[in-house]
Amino acid sequence: MISFSPTEEQQMIASMVKEFASDEMRKIYRECDESGEIPDSIIDTAWKMGLISSNIPEDYGGFGGEHSAITASMIVEELAWGDLSMTIHILCPALFSYPILEMGTETQRKKYLPLVCAEKYTAATAALIEPHFGFDPCSLLTSARPDGNEYVINGEKCYVPLAAEADFLLVYAAENGSSQGFIIEKGTKGLEISEREKNMGIKALPTYELSLKNCRVPKENRLGGPKGCDFNRIMNCSRVALSAMAVGVAKAAFEYSRDYAKERIAFGEPIASRQVIAFMLAEIAIEIDATRLMTWEAAWKLDRKEEATKEASLVKAYSDDMAIMVTDRAVQILGGHGYVREHPVELWLRNARGFPTFDGMAMV
Amino acid sequence: MIDFEPTPEQKKAIKVAREFAEEQLRPVGRYYDEQEHENPQELIEKMWEKRQEDTLALGLDVTAALRIEELCWGDAGLFLCIPGPGLGGAAIFASGTKEQLTRFLGHFNEGGPKWGAMAMTEPACGSDTSAIATTAVRDGDEWVLNGEKIFVTWGKRAAENDESLVVVWATVDKSAGRAGMKSFVVPAGTPGMRVEKLEKKLGIRASDTATVIFDNCRIPFDNILGNPEVKKLDKSQTKGFKGAMATFDATRPIVAAMAIGVGRAALDFVEEALKNEGIKIRYGTPRQKLTALERDVMEMEAHYKAAKLLTLRALWMMSQFQPNNLESSMAKAKAGLAVTKITQKAVEIMGPLGYSRKHLLEKWMRDGKINDIFEGTGQINMLVTARRVLNYSRDQLK
Repeated sequence: MISFSPTEEQQMIASMVKEFASDEMRKIYRECDESGEIPDSIIDTAWKMGLISSNIPEDYGGFGGEHSAITASMIVEELAWGDLSMTIHILCPALFSYPILEMGTETQRKKYLPLVCAEKYTAATAALIEPHFGFDPCSLLTSARPDGNEYVINGEKCYVPLAAEADFLLVYAAENGSSQGFIIEKGTKGLEISEREKNMGIKALPTYELSLKNCRVPKENRLGGPKGCDFNRIMNCSRVALSAMAVGVAKAAFEYSRDYAKERIAFGEPIASRQVIAFMLAEIAIEIDATRLMTWEAAWKLDRKEEATKEASLVKAYSDDMAIMVTDRAVQILGGHGYVREHPVELWLRNARGFPTFDGMAMV
Repeated sequence: MIDFEPTPEQKKAIKVAREFAEEQLRPVGRYYDEQEHENPQELIEKMWEKRQEDTLALGLDVTAALRIEELCWGDAGLFLCIPGPGLGGAAIFASGTKEQLTRFLGHFNEGGPKWGAMAMTEPACGSDTSAIATTAVRDGDEWVLNGEKIFVTWGKRAAENDESLVVVWATVDKSAGRAGMKSFVVPAGTPGMRVEKLEKKLGIRASDTATVIFDNCRIPFDNILGNPEVKKLDKSQTKGFKGAMATFDATRPIVAAMAIGVGRAALDFVEEALKNEGIKIRYGTPRQKLTALERDVMEMEAHYKAAKLLTLRALWMMSQFQPNNLESSMAKAKAGLAVTKITQKAVEIMGPLGYSRKHLLEKWMRDGKINDIFEGTGQINMLVTARRVLNYSRDQLK
């Protein structure tokens, strides 16, 4: 039956995460953006909430909860409302573990899932994006060629979050034209991680370019073994996660610019009492709600294991546009104050601009 | 639990409505668009029969929205000819007593086709519904109504068909402003109520949009909906006006559902045409690799989906007895704009096929536009949305 009511459990988790975002992330996000560093303590605190391990079966060291894309969307939205860099950092191990949980072989699950259920935060990541114009996840330039009992992987990747910190990477490469995942351990010969990238936004998040030169991995490290992975579904999970993040960032910008517009007096009254400002805020509110509902619908399809490419790619493109529209307007509503770094809206604009680029950097 | 799956009953309702749209509405839609004001008598009888069987019943819930989308996919003008309590009924539901509900609507489904219209707009007041000039003066056991109402959807059918009714908004005390605004049920055929003209319109031409004149029109005292008292001192006592606004909370998502149906029709037309040309919309392809055409179609699809989900949410909230003033206005604002964008873009994409009256697409563009206007223009709905999100009163945000 059509219903828009989250379960009690979902509401509980969302409000716990919201509290964390509000009490912890929002206290230091500006400092982190300026310094480019996120303190370990906040990552550890987030880790203790078990946002990833709670979805992993007990057999692999998790809490055995049901892995739901809808619930994950809610969590991601709240975190991204707090700060996008920290969100991607906190959830980075999911880039590695969720595809293994869903599509990995039993050996892969047994070997790697307990890592993300450890008491301490353990960085693990995935590498998808490639540093060239016209990047298409479905036709990767990075290649994987079978050679005896191994795969030989060649190519270049960028925007790999925590690549230098991670002990394990899931690298996506084209094998006979289809995108497949390969588990590569740190220190594998031929894997070279470059200097940390300098980006317009998500500045607190360490991301890296990396290159793979005749990098050899055992055959059993192919995600899903001989069966391979459902790459399309991985992409859809990523689209949904990024859409939920876009909603979170937009909501932050909406609330801030709304409150500012009510306080800022011009010509003797709050600027919010002028339709030109009020209508911007109304449209923002409508588009945020619409995008959230579209995100939930796509997530719902994922949870039912249905083909969700249409829904997921529609909401992804829609949320990309929505986030930039909302954050740009937030800057505009604050005017000159929106342009200075004393207010957060310029940071949210920089972060939101990245969504069309962030393919594969988040996962539900 | 969040769920987007219609119930088996809803799926059946969708199927039945779709079949009716395909078999009964689509084939004659163009004819009644060209022959404006011709009464589709035979079709109306069929619709009435279906309505009585409950296969075309149109409540104010999620099921109704799903049905309405299909029916308006068929034809929005003819959809507006479907007999039933309509907006008049919605007003009675929103502010009538139990006794009034029974008296006015209890037997509505029996006998011949009937309609319930709502007369609100006047020549000098449109969106500013609190400025109405039609008066209701008490005279013993009766109210005497005087004034002119325009743009009354179903106006002619409701004013002239036996046992139909018109809910008319009038002021009992002009000096009391909104507090003096009340609604009254005027049964069809009441002396003093007459239809003066039918509008010639851009679209939804099968639907009668009437000017209704009230000239010393007398109705029983207990045909007033809600409290007859005018409480001038207490500003919060504006129940009559609030009744009108509560009606909108219920009807706006319904109008949004109409918009969605017309938008769907245009999208299906475009997608079918592209398919016949061997053009595939490649969902999941990076945006920089898409053609402009693919991006257009995807954007249209996304607007459709956004409008639909907002609409279903607004109606779902109502069924949960949650206040939905904000969400109704959001849905209506989005859907009205979405159908306008979708249909206009569709005409552009289809070029000569879009502009020609040989196909229905140009008609859908004309039909769809009404959804951005009636039951509150897009701008009024933005205003309501803005007030709600800012927590501003009418005085704080004009």
